[in-house]
Amino acid sequence: MSTMPFAIPRPVHPTGVWSWITTIDHKRIGILYGVTAFILFLTGGMEALLIRAQLVQAEQDLISPEIFNQLFTMHGTTMIFLAVMPLSAAFFNFVVPLQIGARDVAFPRLNAFSFWTFLAGALLLKISWITGGAPNAGWFSYAPLTGITANPGHGIDLWVVSLQVLGVASLAAAFNFIVTIVNMRAPGMSLMRMPMFTWMTLLTAILLVLAFPVITVALIELMFDRTFGMNFFNVAAGAQPILWQHLFWVFGHPEVYILILPAMGIVSDVLPAFSKKPLFGYGTMVVAGVVIAFMGWMVWSHHMFTVGLGPVANSVFTFTTMMIAVPTGIKVFNWLGTIWGGSLNFKTPMLFALGFVGMFIMGGISGVMHAVAASDAQQQDTYFVVAHIHYVLFGGALMGIFAGIYFWFPKMTGKMYNEGLGKVQFWSMLIAQNITFFPMHFTGLDGMPRRIYTYQENMGWEFWSLISTIGSLMLAASMLLFVYNFVNSWRNGEKASGDPWDARTLEWSIASPPPEYNFAVIPEVTDRDEWWEEKQRRRIGVPVPVSGGSGYEPEEHSIHLPQPSYWPIVVSIGLLIAGYGVVYNGVIYNFVLAAAGVLIGMIGVYAWALEPVNDPDPDDEHSSH
Amino acid sequence: MAHAPSMPHGGEHEATSTGLSHRKLLMWAFLGSDCMFFGALIATYLVYQGKSLVGPFPEDVFSIPVTSVSTFVLLMSSMSMVLSYAALTRGNIKAYRIWLASTAILGATFLAFQVFEFRDFVQHGLTPRTNLFGTTFFTLTGFHGAHVTLGVIWLLSLLFHSFRKGGASPEKELELDLAALYWHFVDVVWIVIFTVIYLFGVFEGF
Repeated sequence: MSTMPFAIPRPVHPTGVWSWITTIDHKRIGILYGVTAFILFLTGGMEALLIRAQLVQAEQDLISPEIFNQLFTMHGTTMIFLAVMPLSAAFFNFVVPLQIGARDVAFPRLNAFSFWTFLAGALLLKISWITGGAPNAGWFSYAPLTGITANPGHGIDLWVVSLQVLGVASLAAAFNFIVTIVNMRAPGMSLMRMPMFTWMTLLTAILLVLAFPVITVALIELMFDRTFGMNFFNVAAGAQPILWQHLFWVFGHPEVYILILPAMGIVSDVLPAFSKKPLFGYGTMVVAGVVIAFMGWMVWSHHMFTVGLGPVANSVFTFTTMMIAVPTGIKVFNWLGTIWGGSLNFKTPMLFALGFVGMFIMGGISGVMHAVAASDAQQQDTYFVVAHIHYVLFGGALMGIFAGIYFWFPKMTGKMYNEGLGKVQFWSMLIAQNITFFPMHFTGLDGMPRRIYTYQENMGWEFWSLISTIGSLMLAASMLLFVYNFVNSWRNGEKASGDPWDARTLEWSIASPPPEYNFAVIPEVTDRDEWWEEKQRRRIGVPVPVSGGSGYEPEEHSIHLPQPSYWPIVVSIGLLIAGYGVVYNGVIYNFVLAAAGVLIGMIGVYAWALEPVNDPDPDDEHSSH
Repeated sequence: MAHAPSMPHGGEHEATSTGLSHRKLLMWAFLGSDCMFFGALIATYLVYQGKSLVGPFPEDVFSIPVTSVSTFVLLMSSMSMVLSYAALTRGNIKAYRIWLASTAILGATFLAFQVFEFRDFVQHGLTPRTNLFGTTFFTLTGFHGAHVTLGVIWLLSLLFHSFRKGGASPEKELELDLAALYWHFVDVVWIVIFTVIYLFGVFEGF
């Protein structure tokens, strides 16, 4: 084992702030992801509340049109890239290694790097509020609205750099989870014995790996246009700005499935646990997920039906978009089949999972309406589309994520949440989101365009806009209730057992919260729903040796865990500084800043590469190579 | 749940579900991702092919004989990379170093050709700002050149490392294998670029 050329001692901080900064434990990184993303989710929610406040009545004069543009851009970008994706990543991190019987992810330091880089990207986006104007061209930022002549401010530059940095974080995490799931399953856990959440994580990671390079290229092209005066979207030079739309939606539609597949995975694990039945149609569920992930690449132009691609293209994309509803429908029927005849236990996670199914069906139905090009031409750019995306992303993805938060809360914290408050929060959220988003169907079909900062009195949109705003305030109250329950239960909740739900998958076979090494002994898997089967075997007295969480303490030094490291956060800080620097090109001070960031990042990368994963064990020197 | 034999050591020698090492799987996933990256850049080039409003156009600046030589150089670097890997697995560290250095030199030669070509194009009045051809061409080949540069640095790092005690041995062939996968991939991308952008861009009938 070669020694480090320059010796910086390993971080050794079992507790405190430094232990979180240098941690490479997937469980702690999962919690960091979850808490950070939830705070960012609340900031996105505040942006939404300001939008609703401006639209509460006709000719409202609260927010200027320019700020309004910035608000809806930041709301969309925040919710997609800084809230739903990292909240899903929190579960990938915390749950997946536990579900497959692994002690950590394949590349623990890369995992820490993913989180800190995500935080760097989030800061780069959010900082735009105080550095002279947030991005203002919508979350899709169509060219040539983003060109330097139409949009000279630095908001778009920060948006571009932030999405590039977030892309690095997402790609690193996706590589990590592909390798972890493919390569680190416990013995006997074949692909078709994997829990459904792990399956959907794998598919999401594959989509991320293939979709993010496309937006990376689109962002590079936009950046080169803005910074170096190139011509990718310069109409005067003969360019076709529609190229941006194609590149963006080739990424953007798989992105939709990146947002929803993890939630589908969570619900597919929650419903069986609270129905006391195995997941109905496991095989078709897997196939449906694979088909969705594959067909998600063939439907992007349904975002562009009114662009004028011609009847052939519109017909083809109408057909493929309707086709993709089939595997989605299969999933819905499998969920119904799972609860059919089960002995249902209506705990909060179960309520959220059922709420997910109902809300997602409603969003799915309006989605199929959009699939018809002729019908979509009437709905394009109206509040009807806003209603649709909020039913699938709020009623769908976020309801699924809330189901996951309540479901795994005892596992993450070792405490039980307050069940009564949880149920109140579920019902308030379910009712409030319908009050907020359902009227948008009406205003939308009535012709109310999205992204307008105000409207006139006689349009007939006032009543339903007022109702939407009232609903959004109720949603905010529901979120506050959730935060109270979450914080209070984490501090003062009752202690949770290892398996409070009598659940089915391996993460419930160990203590809550899990020990640092997860499994004292790596389990050997013989069944799908291994932990459930194991409990049945124990009940009927099949003599099998008991597994982890049963009080068996491993001998000291017998489990080698990867050790904490400073370098992931150093590289991320380098990216943050360099990213901020390149936004303000032309100014010497910021050029220096960019160079300094690159240098810090490179030092971090080299030190990381030369640092062994584990220091050689002193007691072990003789047997070491 | 029966017990799997507990593994005494974590880290690189851990048994994996597929038998492939984690890092090799990571490299394959990365290359899949990079395919989409170059795919999007090449698609952009093709969408704008023949759409430039002002010259110079591809047929004005491309020199197929020169680029054929640089393509040949890059292809030869893939061969020396294979020979380097073969030497390492035989345990012939000296031959390993020679072929590794040859690969890096051939890669650097290719980059020198690219610098020469870019200068030549600029002298013909083609810059990234001139027209759509300049914008898409320099971006696509520039990113390919950046990939080759990174590869050369990687190979030189391996060469440097091989002089340290225990730095290179047949048991550590994975270190080279990863670099070789990356190197061959970057070569394949160049074959696509050379065929689609240079040859199809100049010869009639494609």
